Amino acid sequence: MSLNLADVKRIATLARIAVEECEMPGYLQQLSNILDLAEEMQAVDTTAIEPMAHAQDVVLRLRDDAATEPDRHAAFQAIAPQVEADLYLVPKVIE
Amino acid sequence: MQWEIVIGLETHAQLSTQSKIFSGAATAYGAAPNSQACAVDIALPGVLPVFNRVAAEKAVKFGLAVGARINRRSVFERKNYFYPDLPKGYQITQLELPIVAEGGKLRIRVGDYEKDIRITRAHMEEDAGKSLHEDFHGMTGIDLNRAGTPLVEIVTEPDMRSSAEAVAYAKVLHSLVRWIGICDGNMQEGSFRCDANVSVRPKGTETLGTRCEIKNLNSFKFMEKAIDYEVRRQIEILEDGGRIVQETRLYDPDRDETRSMRSKEEANDYRYFPDPDLLPLVVDEAFIDRARATLPELPQAMCERFIRDYALPAYDAGLLTVARELAAYFEDVVRAVGDALTPSPLPQTGEGDGDAARLNGMAKLVANWLMGDLSAQLNKDGLEIVASPISAAQLAGLLKRIMDGTISGKIAKEVFAAMWAGEGEADAIIEAKGLKQVSDSGAIEKIVDEIIAANPAQVAEYRGGKEKVFGFFVGLSMKASKGKANPAQLNDILKKKLAS
Repeated sequence: MSLNLADVKRIATLARIAVEECEMPGYLQQLSNILDLAEEMQAVDTTAIEPMAHAQDVVLRLRDDAATEPDRHAAFQAIAPQVEADLYLVPKVIE
Repeated sequence: MQWEIVIGLETHAQLSTQSKIFSGAATAYGAAPNSQACAVDIALPGVLPVFNRVAAEKAVKFGLAVGARINRRSVFERKNYFYPDLPKGYQITQLELPIVAEGGKLRIRVGDYEKDIRITRAHMEEDAGKSLHEDFHGMTGIDLNRAGTPLVEIVTEPDMRSSAEAVAYAKVLHSLVRWIGICDGNMQEGSFRCDANVSVRPKGTETLGTRCEIKNLNSFKFMEKAIDYEVRRQIEILEDGGRIVQETRLYDPDRDETRSMRSKEEANDYRYFPDPDLLPLVVDEAFIDRARATLPELPQAMCERFIRDYALPAYDAGLLTVARELAAYFEDVVRAVGDALTPSPLPQTGEGDGDAARLNGMAKLVANWLMGDLSAQLNKDGLEIVASPISAAQLAGLLKRIMDGTISGKIAKEVFAAMWAGEGEADAIIEAKGLKQVSDSGAIEKIVDEIIAANPAQVAEYRGGKEKVFGFFVGLSMKASKGKANPAQLNDILKKKLAS
């Protein structure tokens, strides 16, 4: 499967990664290689095989429903760039 | 052209748990900002999610209550998008294998028809935090207390054909999640939020039109208005030869209109994939059986039983089974009045026909009082049925006195008001105020004789064929008896005396 430069730009935008124009061809090659590998694997007949959702064949552990976490917002907010009235401040979000 | 409206609903119901779906932080509403957001919720590096068993139990209970298939194995996935109230950069949700699979349905009643709305699926996911857009020096404030709160998202097929049907479905669902105790249903606090997918198509066609999603309808009234507005908007565009753009719209209750919320096409590319931090969730038969064992009699079954056993109209039975507490109150009153009226406990339908008939008439009386005076007073004082100043036993005490003819329905309203004001039990109030109905025919005849003697002109009119004047005599006699004359007896005596 072949990607083009526009695909790479779009993927970078979705992932919020800034990519320099000069790096684009390199990423294009690497991403295409990954997709080629996936394509190669897709050639294997998997009709009778149940899809796996995880690499290990084990199931989820269940935790009891109890509020056990103390309030540590002061410690967490000590390393936040900007805080006010116990809120984390971020650049204005415009809807 | 005739248009057909097509609506599907997605509802986020907050599962009532003590702690979050993937962390041990508390979920209590209204805490100080960020005091209930732990390292997992704010996505510090190196933390891992640990799943809350009760979230799965409640989601399974819901699936069983609507008759859906439960996926024995379900999978959590990452839904990737960037927003400051989502610190991980993805929401953990379920896509391919949700806990509640197909097969569920809910019955709604609109006007005089009933209809089943199919439930496509219901999946578990975590809620996001809250963004506060008030001005913090041009910045946005983020409170992550809500981040990681367990939700179940309930998705319907596009089975609704009007805003009235959509509202009816939302109300039935709202009542059910509270009934089975999986969600507190508090819409103001955001515990129960609906999104509506709305489209229109020419009547008689099968292909679905392009839909718009209206977000965050947090009241039934807004849902109805938002859908009605959106339908009008789409029809106008189509009739002007335009086309509908698939988009997310937000309802503005102040201006009563919907407006576009997200225009960027790529905002909807969520790049889902199974979350490698979480293993597949497996629920076995024992788990499902335990969840089933905790389910109470469901509203629809109870509604049908009320119609069958108490001979109530479907409308009444539907209203009484809106909330479990109200239904329980109703049955408590019926039982208490029934015990007093019949020597044996509640007769089964088909047995002891006389008793059953009496019981049925009585059940309707109880229903009328619950839906009438009691509901009106509760509404007026902003109280829930569980906080009613008049208990089921006390109301039964009052209704018994209507049933046995001690007081009329009209006098009962007066006694009810006194009971509401805390003046005591029905019997004590009737005694203290001298409200006992006069069923002594001698006493009523005396009143009637006096009235007839004092109003010869009206008597002549009545006897001359002007039957409307009868009401005049009833009114006067009632007044003379201070409202205490047995109305049926009074009517009989008046008729007899006026005829002679």
